[in-house]
Amino acid sequence: MSKQNIINFVVTIIITVILSLYLPWWSVMVAGFVASLFFNLKKSAVFFVPFVAVFSFWGIYAFITSSANDFTLAKKIAVLLPLGGNPYLLILVTGFIGGLAAGVAGVFGKQLGDMVRK
Amino acid sequence: MKYIKLTLSFIFTIAVFYALNTKFGSIPPIGKFLDPSGGIWQNDKDETIDGNVNIQGLSAPVTIHYDAQLIPHIFAQNDLDLYKAQGYITAKHRLWQMEFQTHAAAGRVSELIGSAGLNYDRTERRRGMGFGAEQTLKKLPEDPEGVALIEAYRDGVNSYIESLDAKSIPVEYKLLDYTPEAWTTKKTALLLMYMTKMLAGGDNDLEYTNMLRTFGKDRFDLLFPDYLGVSNPIIPKETDWSFIDIEMTETPKSELPLDTIPATIEKPNPDNGSNNWAVSGAKSTTGNPILANDPHLGLNLPCIWFVMQLSTPEHNVMGATLPGALGIISGFNNHISWGETNATRDVLDWYKIEFKDDTRTQYKYDTTWKNTTVRVEEIKVKGAATIIDSVIYTHLGPVTYDHNFMSDNKKSGYAMKWIGHIGANNQRTFLALNKAKNYDDYVNALKNYTAPAQNFVFASTEGDIALWIQGLFPNKWNGQGKFLLDGSNPEHDWQSFIPQVFNAHTKNPERGFVSSANQRPVDENYPFYVFNDGYETYRNRVINDYFNSKDKFSVDDFKALQNNNYNLKAAELLPYIFETMDVSTLTSEEKKIYDQIKSWDFNNDIEKLGPSIWSKWYAKLYDITWDEFKSEDQALISPYNYQTIHLMTTNPENEFMDIVETQKKETAHDLFLLAFKETATDLIDWKAKNGNYNWQAYKGSRAGHLLQALPAFSRFDLPIGGDRSIVNAASKTHGPSWRMIVEMSSPPKALGIYPGGQSGNPGSRYYDNFVDDWAIGKYHELNFMQNSEATDQIIATQTLINKE
Repeated sequence: MSKQNIINFVVTIIITVILSLYLPWWSVMVAGFVASLFFNLKKSAVFFVPFVAVFSFWGIYAFITSSANDFTLAKKIAVLLPLGGNPYLLILVTGFIGGLAAGVAGVFGKQLGDMVRK
Repeated sequence: MKYIKLTLSFIFTIAVFYALNTKFGSIPPIGKFLDPSGGIWQNDKDETIDGNVNIQGLSAPVTIHYDAQLIPHIFAQNDLDLYKAQGYITAKHRLWQMEFQTHAAAGRVSELIGSAGLNYDRTERRRGMGFGAEQTLKKLPEDPEGVALIEAYRDGVNSYIESLDAKSIPVEYKLLDYTPEAWTTKKTALLLMYMTKMLAGGDNDLEYTNMLRTFGKDRFDLLFPDYLGVSNPIIPKETDWSFIDIEMTETPKSELPLDTIPATIEKPNPDNGSNNWAVSGAKSTTGNPILANDPHLGLNLPCIWFVMQLSTPEHNVMGATLPGALGIISGFNNHISWGETNATRDVLDWYKIEFKDDTRTQYKYDTTWKNTTVRVEEIKVKGAATIIDSVIYTHLGPVTYDHNFMSDNKKSGYAMKWIGHIGANNQRTFLALNKAKNYDDYVNALKNYTAPAQNFVFASTEGDIALWIQGLFPNKWNGQGKFLLDGSNPEHDWQSFIPQVFNAHTKNPERGFVSSANQRPVDENYPFYVFNDGYETYRNRVINDYFNSKDKFSVDDFKALQNNNYNLKAAELLPYIFETMDVSTLTSEEKKIYDQIKSWDFNNDIEKLGPSIWSKWYAKLYDITWDEFKSEDQALISPYNYQTIHLMTTNPENEFMDIVETQKKETAHDLFLLAFKETATDLIDWKAKNGNYNWQAYKGSRAGHLLQALPAFSRFDLPIGGDRSIVNAASKTHGPSWRMIVEMSSPPKALGIYPGGQSGNPGSRYYDNFVDDWAIGKYHELNFMQNSEATDQIIATQTLINKE
């Protein structure tokens, strides 16, 4: 893992955590976008670094919140969506959704950053 | 190339944002929904029930103790603070439900779920639900103190709503993607309309009209007699009515409009009903009167009830509340206990309206034309244009059916006259009951109560028991309102109301008990006109037989009776069937099922097969018996169960028993066999698919979430016996929504339980934690605190403090 990747990863998480206090869910898109704008990534890392960053953050956050309550609601939402009532699957889906949003925004940030840097 | 990449990645980003931020059909906006810092994960927790909370406008701190059942015990210094706290605490646990029920009452469901709710909404508007709530609001200012209390409740609810943000709102808002709006006094009025519709919003006038026209008076009277052959009225038969000394309304000599009505609006579920009873001290094993109540309503999550204790230095009361209304609805204080069952009476009539012309600005009344008014109903629809439905009003009420709605005649319509449209302050009755100390206070509390009419059972520590059938009842001429009436004939109007003092009641009857189970209120000797409007004919007899069976009763006896599964209906028909049905053609498989039901003891217990066979068999039998009344062209109705069984067993060769479609002329005995063979086939199929058809599995009782029993938030296959027409009235979707037993010791000792839990949050362990105990007939002791000192039974205490 390159240094640039690690920096981007950490910055994405930091921005996500801070913005999540003030902004709705799309704060992860802002985080992915801003981090990629300033910390240049290459190839598939453009998508995957913010993806993994937010995937981890959302996944862990969801796990910690829900496990403290024995996954009471998560089990029910996993029936609703439907994921066979499995809260862990719901956590994976949650991470994936957040990661996807951040990753896509990261690609856009990288493209815009390239234009500016040119 | 760079520009293309930039543009593409931008478009892609916007697309992903849109896709994850938008609700598609029933799929919530998935990014917003699953966001751990604002979405559903934030609802995966129990409520905070300790610490201090600042809310505006309190005159003194309010203490709220929670016990292990999450029942709040509220201790305030005065009524204004008390009801403000009740509003706040109710909203804290049940906000979404409170708002949803009042939206449903107002016909505002489309606003939440889109055009799928439109028909429902239009029906509610055309019933005049909003109109009725507004009539109540007009009436309220006559009681300024009451208004202040309702406003305090409103402010309490709003204090809670204001403390929420997009992240902390209940999960249903996130699922449907909307936010709560401010609570209003109108919403409290709408909640009472919701109850009035549920309990006093039914009638069969239009179906009866079609039946009368199609089958003639003799056959109509055979199918729907005013009095059934069985009579075990709520008010004991021996009651002397000679004190009623006013003239009855004279029956006019006029024609009824015998129109053909193609279809009618949805009616309340016939399984809505209730039981209540009380025994006197002399009939109680402890010498204290004992009282019980179990209202049979929809089995929903969150439950329609929320249990609370409400206390000020002046009064202290506990029991079941209705989220959205003030005070305790079914409960007890240190002096009295009370509970309700629905007092069915015909308080909804239909009138034919003839308009002068297509403009419908005037309609015929006596020898003149009267002006109509128009109420514009604006129905917002999620994801679509707002629908305007203008409803015309007459002096009788809204013209529900017209050429815009379920009818096609431009120059006529059917107007609804309904007790629900008469403004009244029914909230006040409950607040007065909460404070009542004796029989006189109870009677005074009831005086102005109008609807939905209830059988209010009463017991006091002083030793009185009583039951008043209280509501505002039109004093009808004989036959009035059984069929469609003529809106142009002044004699068809409701002429007057039965004076409240003449409402049927009983105090300390000789038999030592009072009871009601939605049966006929009075026998033929009561001078006012009361026809059979779907009165219950089974539960009441089981209950009264039980109380006549021995001298003394205990709380355990009360528990046993509330959980009594005896199926009197089956016990009255099956022996006759066993005697008269020709079993020679049964196959060996059919014979096996026949033997199973033959050995049944008529108890609808969960492990038995008999109840499943009976329920299917009777449903099919009923269906093929009344095949005459299946019609595409007009709304018809089949007779009630009691009369159905009466005809089968006393008149088995009646022409109605014949199946019209077949050449053969069937008798009831043929129908028994036909229905049985079909039942056997069904059950064999069912068994192949689902396993053994024991009653629990076959009935499949459930507690369904208010959003169309959304499976994720509902509980299924509950291990509860009983059924409709049984004292333990748990059908698939309806049943004992609150079971309460109170012994009038000093202080009273009470038991209570309901199928749900105190929290409305599906993410809370208190969401459905009563369900299992409720299903198996267990009770929870209600901790009726005598002062605000916390005890070891209190798990947490929260204090509401005035926000400067």
